[in-house]
Amino acid sequence: MNERRWWPIAVLAVLVAASAFPFYWAIVSSFTPEYRLFQTPSLIPTNFVLDHYRALFTQRNFWVPIRNSLIVAGSTTALCVALGAFCAYALARLEFPGRTLLLGAVLAVGMFPQISVVSPLYLVLRRLHLINTYPGLVLPYLTFAMPLTVWLLVGFFRQLPAELEEAAMVDGASRLRAFREVIIPLAVPGLATTAILTFVYSWNEFLFALSFTLGPERQTVPVAIALFRGQYQVPWGQILAAAIVATAPVTLLVLAFQRRIVQGLTAGAVKG
Amino acid sequence: MEKEEARLAWALVLPAVGAILLVALFPLVWTAWESVHLHNLQMPWLGRPFVGLANYIEALRDPRFWGALGHTAFFAVTSVGLELVLGLWLALAMNRAFRGRGLVRAAILIPWAIPTVVSALLWRFLFEGQSGVVNAVLVRLGVLREPLVWFIEANTAWVPVILSDVWKTTPFVALLLLAGLQNIDASLYEAARIDGASAWRQFRFVTLPLLKPAILVALIFRTLDAFRVFDLIYALTGGGPGSSTEPIALYTFNALLQNLRFGYGSALSVIVFGITFGLALVYIKLIGAELTGARR
Repeated sequence: MNERRWWPIAVLAVLVAASAFPFYWAIVSSFTPEYRLFQTPSLIPTNFVLDHYRALFTQRNFWVPIRNSLIVAGSTTALCVALGAFCAYALARLEFPGRTLLLGAVLAVGMFPQISVVSPLYLVLRRLHLINTYPGLVLPYLTFAMPLTVWLLVGFFRQLPAELEEAAMVDGASRLRAFREVIIPLAVPGLATTAILTFVYSWNEFLFALSFTLGPERQTVPVAIALFRGQYQVPWGQILAAAIVATAPVTLLVLAFQRRIVQGLTAGAVKG
Repeated sequence: MEKEEARLAWALVLPAVGAILLVALFPLVWTAWESVHLHNLQMPWLGRPFVGLANYIEALRDPRFWGALGHTAFFAVTSVGLELVLGLWLALAMNRAFRGRGLVRAAILIPWAIPTVVSALLWRFLFEGQSGVVNAVLVRLGVLREPLVWFIEANTAWVPVILSDVWKTTPFVALLLLAGLQNIDASLYEAARIDGASAWRQFRFVTLPLLKPAILVALIFRTLDAFRVFDLIYALTGGGPGSSTEPIALYTFNALLQNLRFGYGSALSVIVFGITFGLALVYIKLIGAELTGARR
């Protein structure tokens, strides 16, 4: 029996170490002076410097991409959850012709490759003078974020007991009122999880942000980091410092809400 | 009453569905329309003449297109294969272990949650340079006689690309499979044990068949995802050396936004869409009934 017990622990220990190592190494290196980065690496840091972080926020103005990312991911999330909640409620709870088809279509749009709409979106945004603006990112982001939001919320609404709103309706409340006063309060955890996941996906998005921005004033965090690489020199210290900064907010969200996130990720796919 | 409900339903779905139609489906049709035109933003004087299937024919004769398609398929098969095997293994371990679940969940969720660009750069850094950490460790362990320049050859450049993807997305696969494992009725194992089935036979004849739907979901989600790989390779190798690790999405992006060839780039986009759509159809055939049929 004993020999059975140790292997999962060993596997998981190796796993935790393997997941953590790249982060550990990046953190250590982000505090190492540039000239020592590629000298015989040692696992234990020797001298700490804050140069890279300082350079990141002074020379590179890294606040700007952080602000851009917060605005774009935040607006996308707010818009998607607000519109998506109504849609998801109807898809989860109301009977109407075309419902299954609509649900399938939403899922399908969520799965199609982003690259397949880059060319028309670019042409439209250019025509509307929206290239290199916040709306010029939020609108394209709806292509993946809206289906994701709707899909997750349908899953959450389905888990709520139908008796509650039926009881409210027997008591004379209209559908909409039952939705507003019974369902929404109960669905707050689901709405929060959906918002977190939508935010994380939007924060991490790269292809649209790269295609529809022109300069540092509107670039999001992933784009800014990817374009740090100069023509001749790669400022690794700053890249790693930026990587740590970009990772921090999503890491905090994940640590705070891990149970919920796992629930949201798996419910949508496995249970439908 | 029913009619009323249907009317309400449409009013509720309209804003979200309208947004999806406007920003996703309408552009998709437009891409198809662009793809049968010559449209080069660098040569606006040419206008936008209709050229029929010329862009598609060019793609089929373009060795770089076939190369990119091959790289994408190679990447998808290798990374998804590794992720499924590792993910299943992890899920089994997580299902057994009771202590430290929270720690494990956090440890595997963080790579999943960070931007792909960031994970690509972390892995580039591990493999970068003659005295990067991977080289140093492999030389010290005696695996390599001297440090490798990983990014100078396609064969070795793929290693960090695949590893980075496996590192980042195995958690997702493991979580999907774990959810599947937790749905399996424990009494089935009890019965198998009473019948004298070994651990391997329990795995082979109880776990695997009952886990099939979850495996299928993970497989398809990951294949579709791997097929549109962009961020990872853009940040890690830039498609290089040369174009030897360039995936189809990156080639399409270059045709559109580097060379400004919107007609040709759109044709490539339509092809990518067609392939993904084909894969998705298989998905819907295989498990669609389970997904949309699961209603009260």
